[in-house]
Amino acid sequence: MKTRRFDALIIGGGGAGLRAALQLARSDHTVAVVSKVFPTRSHTVSAQGGITAALANVDDDRWEWHMYDTVKGGDWLGDQDAIEFMCREAASAVYELEHMGLPFSRLDNGRIYQRPFGGQSKNFGGEQATRTCAAADRTGHALLHTLYQQNIKHRTQFFDEYFALDLVRDAEGYCLGVTATSIETGEPLLIEARATLLATGGAGRVFGNSSNAMINTGDGLGMVLRAGLPLQDMEFWQFHPTGIAGVGCLITEGARGEGGYLLNRHGERFMQRYAPHAQDLAGRDVVARAIAIEIAEGRGCGAQGDHVELKLDHLGEAAIAQKLPGIRELSIRFAGVDPAHAPIPVAPTAHYMMGGIPTNLHGQVVAPARFGPEEPVPGLYAVGECACVSVHGANRLGGNSLLDLVVFGRAAGRHMLEYLRDNPYPRPLPDDAAAAGLARLARWDRKGSERVAAITADLRRLMQKHCGVFRTDGVLREGLAELDALEARLAQAGLQDTSRVFNTARIEALELENLVAVARATLVSARARTESRGAHAREDFPQRDDANWLRHTLYVREGDQLDTKPVRLKPLTVESIKPKERVY
Amino acid sequence: MGMGMKFRLYRYDPESGEPPFMQDVELDIDPAGKMLLDALIAIKAQDETLALRRSCREGVCGSDAVNVNGRNRLACITPLGELKEPVEVRPLPGLPVIRDLVVDMEPFFRQYRSIKPWLVNDDPEPEVERLQSPEQRARLDGLYECILCACCTTACPSFWWNPETFVGPAGLLQAYRFIADSRDEAISARLDHLEDPYRLYRCRGILNCVDACPKGLNPAEAIGRIRTQLVKRRV
Repeated sequence: MKTRRFDALIIGGGGAGLRAALQLARSDHTVAVVSKVFPTRSHTVSAQGGITAALANVDDDRWEWHMYDTVKGGDWLGDQDAIEFMCREAASAVYELEHMGLPFSRLDNGRIYQRPFGGQSKNFGGEQATRTCAAADRTGHALLHTLYQQNIKHRTQFFDEYFALDLVRDAEGYCLGVTATSIETGEPLLIEARATLLATGGAGRVFGNSSNAMINTGDGLGMVLRAGLPLQDMEFWQFHPTGIAGVGCLITEGARGEGGYLLNRHGERFMQRYAPHAQDLAGRDVVARAIAIEIAEGRGCGAQGDHVELKLDHLGEAAIAQKLPGIRELSIRFAGVDPAHAPIPVAPTAHYMMGGIPTNLHGQVVAPARFGPEEPVPGLYAVGECACVSVHGANRLGGNSLLDLVVFGRAAGRHMLEYLRDNPYPRPLPDDAAAAGLARLARWDRKGSERVAAITADLRRLMQKHCGVFRTDGVLREGLAELDALEARLAQAGLQDTSRVFNTARIEALELENLVAVARATLVSARARTESRGAHAREDFPQRDDANWLRHTLYVREGDQLDTKPVRLKPLTVESIKPKERVY
Repeated sequence: MGMGMKFRLYRYDPESGEPPFMQDVELDIDPAGKMLLDALIAIKAQDETLALRRSCREGVCGSDAVNVNGRNRLACITPLGELKEPVEVRPLPGLPVIRDLVVDMEPFFRQYRSIKPWLVNDDPEPEVERLQSPEQRARLDGLYECILCACCTTACPSFWWNPETFVGPAGLLQAYRFIADSRDEAISARLDHLEDPYRLYRCRGILNCVDACPKGLNPAEAIGRIRTQLVKRRV
């Protein structure tokens, strides 16, 4: 079997992976990035509104205020040490992107443009802050291209259109690399590395209605689960309030940040009822639930009453053209509406996975040790949406995702350099290093009675129906029973196409396996959490329950085991932000 | 029924030993509100051997550029309803076909890399951002938005004939994106690197690139501005 060896290996070519890769590429270590798509096709490219950092370019600001908002936004489930770290590092991480060439929009004084975003306040819950740095409404595109450009400059080795299959670990648990397959040739490849970083992004395609790119299939999560490692807080999925109705494509929160607002069928600004203070810029979970209630209670717009309207025309055509050109283009194309003249039909859409692979704030993957607290898994890191560090807690604030990518991408890159120094020699590969990965490939050489496309469609319907904005034990339990049946079908599935070259049917089958694993983790975790917190809204347990549930869930695949661990309420240096009622 | 739409798809399986052929496909689909990518995915759900690339499905990642009824477009933002039947879908022209609608993009990316697409500024970094006025920043509008889909470059006859030596419209648009950036200090090196009978001057002003760009960008204008700068510095 073909084998390549590098010092460090990054799986995933989005913002997190490329930021970490850059840290390593600037050193004298060799680094490879494996990406199933050409890196600028990664989902980071779709991020619109911006990256949050308390630069104080527009208004007074402090990172401590950003930290407070992030803790509150996450409904106190975020770990406060990681949140302090992120908010402290935010400004330098953004300045660094500017120095790399990111074409931020500018204020009249030449500094980086910042806009108001949801859940952002001044002075620990006071007036609306203006904190989110933007390149028009194409911030993710600008960020991803800039990081890719820097990686070209520093000669990062790219394995474009390679699909990672499984982690390679030895008996002591060290991660020694991955098995992968070239999509172009179908050949398997073993990539050895002393340190491996998973930056494989989210899994939003597990839902029928999703803002996510089609590639967001939780591939790193599947790898981790198959390795027997846990996933954390998988019940927490963010439904973004403003997806284009019926399509799912996102309309940035920046549209409301710039002054847009939501209306129901009576032309009422209904957010005033749900969040009297922050109104349309309340936390995303709050706004998404409000829209879901408006629709459920018959105040939705359109012939089906299945959406609400986002009004922007009062901002004027010039402001829309300058600040929101990308969403104008999306709206015209996908909704047939020019927001300069008419409101955009919107509804909640699955958007972001707050849970993921548990890590510490160096990006090291952590797992419960046999005796006592968790320990790092040697040689294995995770960063970005696939990871749960946990800064987003039970609900991510807009503008904190791009920040998470670059802050923890950089932190993980730094720590990997230390790890490489402390572990200068590759450990021997076990004899069966490639066995699991090769078995995954071989499994799909078989014909079968069930079809991958049909099972995928049914899985997405199942999750939409059984694990949406509102949940109950009964609905979740039915979902799990349906998932059992679906997994039985998956076992009978086969491919019509068993060719080697650019066989995307095989890739979609491998992705489906990962999605199913994510769905199970989500349903089991959501059933276990008998409270409502952030994005996890249980109709049968409508209150937040700090006495029992100020804890992270940890799901392990074998036997669908569910464990918990306490939230870290102690920050690095500042005072803890004590849990209190979350009102906007 | 009666919703059947007719497609002609370019098919090529390198493992079959057969030459490429055009496959007629009829698909039961209501085109209202749907994009060409929706149709291709529906066709693939019936016949999974069809190979294509796709990711964001909203026109920002640049994966699914194909040639549709003779024009290079992104399948995900091409409304089905406005297409004449049979809808003929081919891989992008001018690049080697790997399989079906999937082309080898490497000649395109090689030219992108050749223009050194990163900001060059060797001054000590300030503790905060480098300043740039809104007017200076506005010069990057229409340049930085490129998604590297290759619709323009693979619509350019000069690139078809000289893929090794002509940078092509996408690469030149990105070259100008850095030349136009007030923060970049390598303008004269960038211009030196382009002042070449092939790299820049193979552009014959055919303007296919402008017509092809799904993001409404204008590579020809950027090329014109590079030419102007080269003329200016000669006098």
